[in-house]
Amino acid sequence: MSRAPAIEAVDVSRTYQLDGVSVPALRGVSLTVGAGDYVALIGPSGSGKSTLMHLLGGLDRPTAGRLVIGGREVGTLSPPELARLRNETIGFVFQAFHLLPRTSAVDNVALPLVYRGVGARQRRERAAAMLGRVGLGHRLHHRPNQLSGGEQQRVAIARALVTDPTVLLADEPTGNLDSTTGAAVLELLERLNTESGVALVMVTHDAEVAARARRRIAMRDGVVVADSAALPGEASVLGEARPADGGGGR
Amino acid sequence: MRLAEAWRVAWDALRANRMRSALTMLGVVIGVASVVLLVAIGTGTKQRVEQQVEGLGSNLLLVVPGRLDVGSAPAVSPLTLQDVDAVGRVVGDPSRVAVTVASGATVRAGNREDFTTVQGVLETTPTVFARELGRGRYLTGSDVDTGRRVAVLGDSVARSLFPDREAVGQQINVAGVRFRVIGVFVPLGQSLGVDRDDEVHIPVTAAQRLYGTQRVDAIAVKAPDRERIDELGERIVAELNGRHPGTEFSAVTQEQILGVLGDILGILTGVLAAIAGISLLVGGVGVSNIMLVSVRERTREIGLRKAVGARPRDIGVQFLLEAVLLTSVGGLTGMALGVGGALLVAALSPIPAAVTWWSLALAFGVSAAVGIVFGVVPAQRAGRLDPVVALRAE
Ligand SMILES: Nc1ncnc2c1ncn2[C@@H]1O[C@H](COP(=O)(O)OP(=O)(O)OP(=O)(O)O)[C@@H](O)[C@H]1O
Ligand SMILES: [Mg+2]
Repeated sequence: MSRAPAIEAVDVSRTYQLDGVSVPALRGVSLTVGAGDYVALIGPSGSGKSTLMHLLGGLDRPTAGRLVIGGREVGTLSPPELARLRNETIGFVFQAFHLLPRTSAVDNVALPLVYRGVGARQRRERAAAMLGRVGLGHRLHHRPNQLSGGEQQRVAIARALVTDPTVLLADEPTGNLDSTTGAAVLELLERLNTESGVALVMVTHDAEVAARARRRIAMRDGVVVADSAALPGEASVLGEARPADGGGGR
Repeated sequence: MRLAEAWRVAWDALRANRMRSALTMLGVVIGVASVVLLVAIGTGTKQRVEQQVEGLGSNLLLVVPGRLDVGSAPAVSPLTLQDVDAVGRVVGDPSRVAVTVASGATVRAGNREDFTTVQGVLETTPTVFARELGRGRYLTGSDVDTGRRVAVLGDSVARSLFPDREAVGQQINVAGVRFRVIGVFVPLGQSLGVDRDDEVHIPVTAAQRLYGTQRVDAIAVKAPDRERIDELGERIVAELNGRHPGTEFSAVTQEQILGVLGDILGILTGVLAAIAGISLLVGGVGVSNIMLVSVRERTREIGLRKAVGARPRDIGVQFLLEAVLLTSVGGLTGMALGVGGALLVAALSPIPAAVTWWSLALAFGVSAAVGIVFGVVPAQRAGRLDPVVALRAE
């Protein structure tokens, strides 16, 4: 399972319909996200990075091509099945945090567990433990508007990881933060990637940040123009760098 | 998501917007409260009327011209005292037959006066209608035969004309004619806001002279036995139809009167409940409206919930429960207000009000149903939202 890809996209396209006009956002993208990968997704604005992230996370479906997440073919799944797949395999981190207002940090983090049928007490315990891991053990009962931007993004990261997913998808996670705070959040993500073996796919506009990733995928006009994993030898290096961790099974 | 969890989420969402939730509920509160209150008044009135009709005495037949039916106008009576004698012969016992010819009149005693109902009656009235005399005596056959100017007063009339004196033995003046008070009735009290002791009985013969008529308004018969009461009624009607070709008469029993009154009051209660129901419906539309606003406002929340694994159904249920909670809490509040209002009305006004369990159950059921019906569209809309679009919302 450790060598089985967490996500596999084969010739995936996504075309939006806008007032009867077809807008091709992705035009035949093929890539594989391995277990424990650390991928930076780069490219100019409008190149289709967010669109690809939505597809990789099962939030959206391709209009053409084959997409397999956690061993399951997205095209064959019903909406509830896809929701469950998201809940079990994927963690999202958004540029805008997307925390529920008027809800404490610990309850925000526990939210994904609600949809997994975990009981209230166990939810809180796991959420509190996860907040401890992102360095917010002392902020459990703060509401989002009582937290700094960096803290809010850490809460969001804890929420993404509380379900123990195989892939963490972060779309410009530091985009709303100043550079110092952003760097700390980035370090946290990298640490969690190393510690727990969750694959990290991160969209960034920052070349320095991208340089730290083990693998870089560059996009332009809805196609992948460069993928460092495609270089011979690199894939095997990645495979060894991440020992078996049980993949998506739990 | 577990249902208990979903209730909690819905409850939290409503509390987060307390003011708006309260205002939205108000429509349902008013609707339910008015349903409960109006049905209580309708039911109370019906019960009161039934008691009174039963209190008139048993085995009673009322003989009136025209038809007794919902919506039919009372006809002018062609009945005379000769008809009364004829009815007496049909019944076989004249003491079971009573009449009335009634009119409003001003009654004076000294410098006091009272506008009241003056009824011309036979000496048989207390037997037929089970009226009790408090003091003095009632009219006799000879009073009626000779048209003697004597009167029996209802308790309120006696009190208003003779506040500090015994009425019996005093003189009163009815429409310019002097009468002597010979008795006072035992008080009956109020009903439906009407003072039942506000009346004066005089001999029917004296009343006819006073009003310048040969007619009587209605004949009442106390049937000798219950089984043959309908047959007796038919015989009386046949006799009267023979005596007055071209006029239709009806003989109605207490049950029939109760039936007709019940129909009228039932329709009235139904109309009141329907009007109240409309306000409940309007409240429901308000709930629907607010839920749609809420779905729009919380689009990003919906997107996020979907991103972390909420199924369309989970989101739909969450918003549906919110609507149901809104209307149920509104419904409970409305029920409390309605019951409180009914108790107040019954205590502070002459209008009777009886809260019925079925109206409470109905009002609550309807308000919960309103939540479901008017919550479904917003809930479906929320459930079907595309998470990508939702997350990008403002
Ligand atoms: N819902 C939509 N309807 C129509 N077109 C869309 C929609 N979403 C995205 N697009 C188009 O698809 C293309 C790719 O958009 P996408 O958001 O994936 O870009 P991006 O690489 O994430 O850009 P940025 O770096 O600015 O976030 C753009 O041309 C965009 O206008
Ligand atoms: Mg983007």
